[in-house]
Amino acid sequence: MHNLSKSYGSTKAVDGLSFTIHPGRVTGFLGANGAGKSTTMRMMLGLARPSTGHVLIDGVPYQHLTRPLTKVGALLETRSAHPGRRAYQHLRWLAQSNNIPASRVEAVLEEVGLQNEKSKRAKGFSLGMAQRLAIAAALLGDPPILLLDEPVNGLDPEGIIWIRELMKSLAAQGRTVFVSSHLLGEMANTAEHLIVIDHGRVLADTTVSAFIGESTSLEDAYLRVIQR
Amino acid sequence: MIRAELTKIRTLRSTFWVFLATFALCVGLGFLIGLSFRNIADAGADSLFASFYAVTLGQIALVVFGVFVISSEYSSGTIHASLAATPRRGRFFLAKLAATTPVVLVLSLVTIVSMFFAARAGLGPRAVPFDARGVAGATVYLTLICLFATGVATMLRSAAGSLAILLPLLFLGSQGLGNIPKVKTITQYLPDQTAWVIMHLTGPPGSAQFERPYGPWTGLALTALWTLAALLGGYAVLRKRDV
Ligand SMILES: Nc1ncnc2c1ncn2[C@@H]1O[C@H](COP(=O)(O)OP(=O)(O)OP(=O)(O)O)[C@@H](O)[C@H]1O
Ligand SMILES: [Mg+2]
Repeated sequence: MHNLSKSYGSTKAVDGLSFTIHPGRVTGFLGANGAGKSTTMRMMLGLARPSTGHVLIDGVPYQHLTRPLTKVGALLETRSAHPGRRAYQHLRWLAQSNNIPASRVEAVLEEVGLQNEKSKRAKGFSLGMAQRLAIAAALLGDPPILLLDEPVNGLDPEGIIWIRELMKSLAAQGRTVFVSSHLLGEMANTAEHLIVIDHGRVLADTTVSAFIGESTSLEDAYLRVIQR
Repeated sequence: MIRAELTKIRTLRSTFWVFLATFALCVGLGFLIGLSFRNIADAGADSLFASFYAVTLGQIALVVFGVFVISSEYSSGTIHASLAATPRRGRFFLAKLAATTPVVLVLSLVTIVSMFFAARAGLGPRAVPFDARGVAGATVYLTLICLFATGVATMLRSAAGSLAILLPLLFLGSQGLGNIPKVKTITQYLPDQTAWVIMHLTGPPGSAQFERPYGPWTGLALTALWTLAALLGGYAVLRKRDV
């Protein structure tokens, strides 16, 4: 990602971000509300057009990927299934759009623990169930790169532990896992590497242990960086 | 990709209801209009007009479908998933149109043929022989106006906004405003009214009031141009704007 910026009118949501995300580890993307995390991730997927700069995924822009779901799995919105569609129907059209075998639909439903709710319409889903369906959609293409915007949002304690372990195991398989959050405790438990942004600018791009450094905890270190 | 769009169409319950409404309105009204024309003493009353007039009302349901095809993506947030799966916006739009068009064309054909025969049954002794050109024209028209609605909805993104434009436009036509001399100069070029000649909705030939400066096929081509313009406008907006 190079010199990425996005302005909405006079607001600079993202202001000259440059960083590289590496495979094989969980990279946490930290920042306050409105820091520009979601906007950055939308630009990574070509959903929003950057005002300046660009994002390359293995050397090419997302728009140039053929069967992008098999390369990048993304969770951007908790509720992106049409309320009238059943869980498996939502995953089915996604699979068809990228020539992903239909068997993956069942596999990911099982993986996220929705096999008993698969015939329910999305409108009847709780926040946590909707989040699980969104995670299933991200995993559908068995992608080597995962972009997750606040995946913990809405999950119960069991779900939080599950997603934490899932992210770690995906990274251990050599995948790239890029996850935004403002839950510092969660990041301290999951991520190895951190990218901290504020007002659309990078404040830190370092390992978790180097980031904490002298501070007593990740929270402490974060507040110090933010207030600087 | 087209298969995915077909699955989307199939898995929305509203699809079934608007298709049923389109069919029921055209066929039901076609029969009733035929029936009401059967007993009109006026020999000049046009049986062909009666055979096709129901389209002006039945089309409303199909226009709603044309709008929903795209507005439901925005209202539900599915557009994010759609464009993440198919990031080339032109391809996404083409796949959607390629899935929608044949489905709508088949529905239109079945509806129009049924409507024609329902109207004929209603007309009884005043029935007219099968009018292949009219039936073909009405079928193509119904498909075109549905796609026109999709184009408008792609530009505006909201169902409410799109219907607020489309419904008055179409009611204007069905209420016969197109035949008031002064207003006609302009309204005869609206996307629905250009197809009236081929559907015999401009009244019996020869009467000056109903005269149009274009023929049946030219009129239908004008509707197609409107549809093309709306779709191109939709594509331009889809390409340019963030989601
Ligand atoms: N579509 C939009 N139109 C106008 N402003 C926007 C839009 N999207 C985001 N913004 C603005 O851009 C800034 C960054 O927003 P963004 O959603 O990227 O933050 P975030 O880091 O994801 O925050 P959160 O932690 O609350 O999810 C905010 O000031 C926001 O108001
Ligand atoms: Mg956000």
